[in-house]
Parts: sequence; C-alpha cells; structure tokens
Amino acid sequence: MTVSVQEADFDPGAEIAALSLGRDDVGAVASFVGLVRADKVADGGVGADEAAAIAAMTLEHYPGMTEKALQAIVAEARGRWDLFGVRVIHRVGRLLPGDRIVLVAVASAHRGEALAACEFIMDYLKTRAPFWKKEETPDGGRWVDARTSDDRAAGRWSS
Amino acid sequence: MSVKVLFFAGLREALGVASESLALPEGIGSVGALRDLLAARGEPWAALVITKNLRAAVNQQMVGLDAPVREGDEVAFFPPVTGG
Repeated sequence: MTVSVQEADFDPGAEIAALSLGRDDVGAVASFVGLVRADKVADGGVGADEAAAIAAMTLEHYPGMTEKALQAIVAEARGRWDLFGVRVIHRVGRLLPGDRIVLVAVASAHRGEALAACEFIMDYLKTRAPFWKKEETPDGGRWVDARTSDDRAAGRWSS
Repeated sequence: MSVKVLFFAGLREALGVASESLALPEGIGSVGALRDLLAARGEPWAALVITKNLRAAVNQQMVGLDAPVREGDEVAFFPPVTGG
C-alpha cells in the first residue's frame, strides 16, 4: 500500500522502518511529517496581533479523487527518481494542535534522490491533492486560504 | 445530457449543497459554461464566479474551465486546495 487517506493516526517510525524491511539495497529513507500548529499568523504576516489561537482543524477531501491525485503524484516522483518505496498517509476529519496530519516517506539507494523525491511529493500534494483545511478559532470557523508560496514551491519542479 | 455536480469546502458551505444531478440544456458543453449556468441562478450561486481561483475537476481529474463536459460526467467545483 502506497497511499492512504484516513481518519486514524499513524506511527511514523513503523512506516519508515517498513520501507527498508527485509531488503539490503535501501541506503536512504527521507521523511516528512506535518503537524497541526496551535497558532498561526494571518496570511500576509501582519504580526502577532493578527494571530488567532487555533483550537482544532477539520480536513475535508474529495473521496476517490484525492487517492487518485496522490497516486499520480507518487507515479510522477517514481518517473523522476529511482525509488525503492514510497509511503504517503494523509489524515482527514477533526484534528487538534500537535496532531499529525501528513506523512511522506521515500526509500532510495542514496539520500539525494530520497530527499528530493520527498520534497517533490509534498510540494505537489499541497497544490494538487484535493484537501481543504478549516480552522476553528475563537472568532469561529475559517477556511484556510491557499498560499502563493506553495504554488511557487511546486513550480520549481517544472523547469 | 445529465451530469453529477459536486461542491467542496467553502464553496459547498456557501451554496448549502454538496452535490446535485442536473439535466443540462442544449449548448452547455464545457465546465465554464456549466459554471456560468449555475452562477446565473442568483444568490448564493454567484459564489461560483466570486471564488478566487476556482478549481474544477471532471471525472476526478483536475481540468481547466474550457474542458468538455459529456453525458454522465462527474463535475466538481472547489476552491484552491490547502492540504499537507
């Protein structure tokens, strides 16, 4: 199993270990874990006064399309780098500050490929996979705006 | 021609509907034309043209507004994605 969209938490250590289990050709496993932050400065970086405490976050997705989009991103990464294994887990539903949201882990022979592929998958996930975050703040619910910096990060890979 | 239309996230909330089946009149052959047809229903449907950088998918593939719409397609509209 390469891609999972689930409400349940995951064990990063177990997922990373599974990528090299029973094989001796893996020289590098790179991973990224994204977490829910308790506070966030409003987009535009106006300052701490604009920061609202986030009590919780709800992640919505498009069942069916989300899984296909993640599989397509992994397939594109495999076309660009020589990868031995890839694991992507993205949680949905209501999450609290400190909770894990996403895991991307990539196994390869060397660190360069593993690190690059891990970053590529995250950059594409953030701009192409249909997930939406809604934050719960003291002022009520607020859908998170897409960031142009995420588009720029994904655009780096198309040159 | 009939299609299934889905809405997600802030757009779903603004419209108060997650999905509907729709019989399209003659001449509605693209995602953009379908969006304009829905937006013309008046409030709150104008959200479909007000939403900044509205995204669309046909049969669970991200497409542009010029993409064709065919009988039985699943067409989705949503704001830019914010996962990860």
